[in-house]
Amino acid sequence: MIITNNDWVLYKYREKFNVVYIDGTFKDVLIAVRDRLHMGYELLTHPLGGSVKPGETPYKSIMVSDDKKSISFSSIYTIENAIITYDKFNKNKLKFINDKIAEDLKLIDLTVLESALNI
Amino acid sequence: MKLELGYIFIKDIQFSDVSKVEDGTLYVNKEEVKALILEDEHFKKAEVELAKPGESVRIMPVKDVIEPRVKVEGPGGIFPGMISKVETVGSGKTNVLKGAAVLTTGKIVGFQEGIIDMTGPGADYTPFSKLCNLVLVCEPIDGLKQHEHEKALRFAGYKVASYLGGLAKKLTPDQVEVFETPTLTEGLKMYPGLPRVAYVCMLQSQGLLHDTYVYGIDAKQTLTTFIYPTETMDGAIVSGNCVSACDKNTTYHHLNNPVIADLFAEHGKTLNFVGVIISNENVYLADKERSSNWSAKLAEFLGVDGVVVSEEGFGNPDTDLIMNCKKIESKGIKTVLITDEYAGRDGTSQSLADADALANAVVSGGNANEVIELPPMEKIIGHVEVADIIAGGFDGSLHKDGSITAELQVITGATNEMGFNELSAR
Repeated sequence: MIITNNDWVLYKYREKFNVVYIDGTFKDVLIAVRDRLHMGYELLTHPLGGSVKPGETPYKSIMVSDDKKSISFSSIYTIENAIITYDKFNKNKLKFINDKIAEDLKLIDLTVLESALNI
Repeated sequence: MKLELGYIFIKDIQFSDVSKVEDGTLYVNKEEVKALILEDEHFKKAEVELAKPGESVRIMPVKDVIEPRVKVEGPGGIFPGMISKVETVGSGKTNVLKGAAVLTTGKIVGFQEGIIDMTGPGADYTPFSKLCNLVLVCEPIDGLKQHEHEKALRFAGYKVASYLGGLAKKLTPDQVEVFETPTLTEGLKMYPGLPRVAYVCMLQSQGLLHDTYVYGIDAKQTLTTFIYPTETMDGAIVSGNCVSACDKNTTYHHLNNPVIADLFAEHGKTLNFVGVIISNENVYLADKERSSNWSAKLAEFLGVDGVVVSEEGFGNPDTDLIMNCKKIESKGIKTVLITDEYAGRDGTSQSLADADALANAVVSGGNANEVIELPPMEKIIGHVEVADIIAGGFDGSLHKDGSITAELQVITGATNEMGFNELSAR
């Protein structure tokens, strides 16, 4: 399943994949992913995929498994490190993103996700 | 595999009626360069500018830096699989316009990065301020999609660099350097007392503005593999990534990989340099597992005692870096890692997004979060208005007088993780 706050990902893939849309921040997506990992879902893509830093983009899409198994500690280690890293970055800049930049950031998030979907 | 690099030292660059190299000056016919760029129907307009060391010039946003080279003898051409046929390169003779570079600039997306100042404090942070640069400012046709724009700009850089490199084809080099890598069986018999060392070069591979190409193929679609070090000197690896400019390897970095240069310099003295393993940095975690498994397997197969690993980027590549480290160390092979740091503005935060006790030999390329002040420049090439929306910039980054306050990550090559700069940490 894809957990995302990027509506481009939602509209493009909601028919094809299980897309969980989070109406919230980058961090809300990380937390939603973390909660699922604690339930036994496995992390499939790196939560810090792409070089646009957490303080520079509000958009994030992360893939986790559709099926629950036993808890993957490596998945939890990776998401917790991502949350610590997210908190470290100054988010001041996010307030000044205009519509054009927001679209480009959505595109970058989408292409980083698609690099994992092999599309 | 043996390659002779012939350096023609360039000390000045000027526009002229005829493109040529004479007495250390690179003369460029501007119209011919423009025509070359405009062969691509994706561009409606092209400007070509000069930027020399010491001039009050700021170039931004820089996408790639490319050194002009030309194949003089031996199979293939520069940038195989991109603008030359996919012949295996890395042998014979190649001439280099040492001291010159082609810079591509452009607003592919709304947020930007990549500053090169030719003078002042910013110039100290980038190696490209010391070069005689030909800067391409290409304007795309209306409605061009970002992917097509990025590709067109990338190829404009290769074409112009090859055009300039071609001027050196018949010149006698000022200096010649020879690099040779023996076959595996020959290498095993050489220098029996010295440790065998390989280099794991990690390549960014995650999508638009995050890609690297090897012989024309997108690195995200490759398995970890072996490459002769001299192949990289003929442009076998090129860059299509520029997000977070400070720690991205431009094509110039790949052509002049300092890890390869240093390992060659020590070959036969303190170590036996075996060759280069290239490994991608994909987003999919299973890809990271597979690629690092193959790095470790190849290092074991090559029978090395140690490897140097260079990272590219920050965040998810930290996971590739640590996976490479752990898996290679678990084979009984020592690792030295080269990375950079996002350690907060005061340098006290955790530097990487991943870590392991086995990563006990790490070289830093500097702290990309460090805040710097860049004074105004008399001339701007590119688009200064993007400073406020530059990675590492923030609201108010661009001051009224044209000066910029931003994090070091805005500067192209500032914290390069091949170590191609002077910053580090102790």
